[in-house]
Amino acid sequence: MPLDASSMTDRGDAKRFGRSTLAFSGGVVALVALVVVAVSSGRYPLSMSRIAAGLLHGFSHDRAGTTAESVLWQIRLPRIALACLVGAGLSAAGAAFQHLFRNPLVAPDTLGVSSGAALGAVAAIYAGAGAALAGAAAFGGGLATVALVIALASRIPAQDRLLTLVLIGVVVASLMGAAVSLMKVVADPYNQLPAITFWLMGSFAAAAWDQVAAAGIAIVLALFVLAALAWRIDLLALPDDEARSLGVHASRLRAVVVAAATVATATSVAVCGIIGWVGLVVPHMARMVAGPGFSRMLPVAALFGAIFMLAIDTLARTATPAELPPGVLTAFIGTPVFVALLARRSA
Amino acid sequence: MLAVRDLGWGFASRRVGEAVSFTLERGETLALLGGNGAGKTTLLRTLLGLLPPLAGRVEIDGVGVASMAPAARAMRIAYVPQQHVPAYGFSVEDTVLMGRASRLPAFARPGPADREIALQSLATLGIAALARRRVTELSGGERQLVLIARALAQQAGIVLLDEPTASLDFGNRVRVLRELDRLRAQGLTIVFSTHEPDHALVHADRALLLEGGRPLALDTVANALTVHNIERLYHTPVRVIDAGGRRVCVPADDGEGVRR
Repeated sequence: MPLDASSMTDRGDAKRFGRSTLAFSGGVVALVALVVVAVSSGRYPLSMSRIAAGLLHGFSHDRAGTTAESVLWQIRLPRIALACLVGAGLSAAGAAFQHLFRNPLVAPDTLGVSSGAALGAVAAIYAGAGAALAGAAAFGGGLATVALVIALASRIPAQDRLLTLVLIGVVVASLMGAAVSLMKVVADPYNQLPAITFWLMGSFAAAAWDQVAAAGIAIVLALFVLAALAWRIDLLALPDDEARSLGVHASRLRAVVVAAATVATATSVAVCGIIGWVGLVVPHMARMVAGPGFSRMLPVAALFGAIFMLAIDTLARTATPAELPPGVLTAFIGTPVFVALLARRSA
Repeated sequence: MLAVRDLGWGFASRRVGEAVSFTLERGETLALLGGNGAGKTTLLRTLLGLLPPLAGRVEIDGVGVASMAPAARAMRIAYVPQQHVPAYGFSVEDTVLMGRASRLPAFARPGPADREIALQSLATLGIAALARRRVTELSGGERQLVLIARALAQQAGIVLLDEPTASLDFGNRVRVLRELDRLRAQGLTIVFSTHEPDHALVHADRALLLEGGRPLALDTVANALTVHNIERLYHTPVRVIDAGGRRVCVPADDGEGVRR
């Protein structure tokens, strides 16, 4: 009997494992192809041979400043790297939150991290800060808002603590939104308001290597924490009593997961402004191909997030003569997908 | 050995029940009965250490449950909650493997030995064939058996079940209760709550009847589940009759309708 049973599940595992591995390998190929397209296309087209030469030359130490090379090294590559990092970070954070809240319809900013980051950045711009300081203020604002939401929710005695947490997140986010609106009204309409609006819609246009390095460290660290705890995170998708009766220190584990997902999201907002929908929609696609098990789904979600974000950004900077904000494009694609998923869910 | 001493349970804002004491030895089964809102689930949560006791103590082999770390507790006492449709469609095998969490370090994943135990638990309950199905696709009875298999994979000596037969059809009830009998015969200590006096009469050694959060009776099933006590518990006339060597409880229609 055991022999029979185990051989049967080995096949099942092989099938499931095969499916998510296939999706992952296919995703890697797609990402590489997309990177090639993204490097070559834009206002200053780069041919394959120029890219190859530029890449090789870039690794030797005397970088002659040809235009092609500076477009490649100073503009395209950091922008591509940043888009991939942000996409992977937002998608992984969304996947973690959807597990944690046992609801496939929550997003990484459910606890107010994006609106808090927005307020931080807008306040910094209003106070006359430059881009780097605004990014730092966004990161701080995002973390502080999540801390505030958790502190408020923990003071409210309730049967359904997660629901309370989400509700507090929603109301605090709307408060932050109102504060942002107020600052837009009082901001200098010629200097500050365009910067604020640009920032609120999200953009990778200002991507630089120092941003890539900072975001890379934070996001990779967050992904590493989520990946290390992946199997156990599945237990957080069970009702609290069940997770605890199975021996999981649920509140502690949840705090670690919220911290990792929040760091990833706040970092993304800090380097490129607010880009919605990625963290909501992409984890769904990953779940469809890899199944709900977090350890199989997380790498697929991160990879799909990178692909989605890079595709959106490449489209955003090449589709029209003026750059479109990627946050607008993700919403145009994200809204119909979200509605379709909702319809499927309630059917 | 599960020992409960003068337990008071509930929430900081509201005491739900009090004055319960009992000791369960290995292989003993206790049935927990009481009307809706009598505090059965809250008592089970307190026995599990999920809620701190408001008074008294819950001990497993002499150690207070409330002071145990979650993993240490889960190695000694397992929980089969009232069944529900889970948020995500994990496979049956993955669900049962979750029962191994208390035996694994924080960053570890279950290995072949854990997988073997999970499959063995499924085989014990006769549902090895479901291993690859998603829990969201199962019938209520199958899902209940999966939750019991997960508790078995925990390899704890004590299993607590919250209304394990609620919302199951007749065949599935019989199946679940038959499995409970087998687990009890294997030496597991079992506590289950139920709304069916029959289930307690047949499948338990002792019964705890809760009325308004206080024990109405705590004795062997024969002594606790008397006509008098059952009528008092459920506010309806009953008869306990002999059906081929089994005692069963049926409504007594004495022409007066429902007495209060």
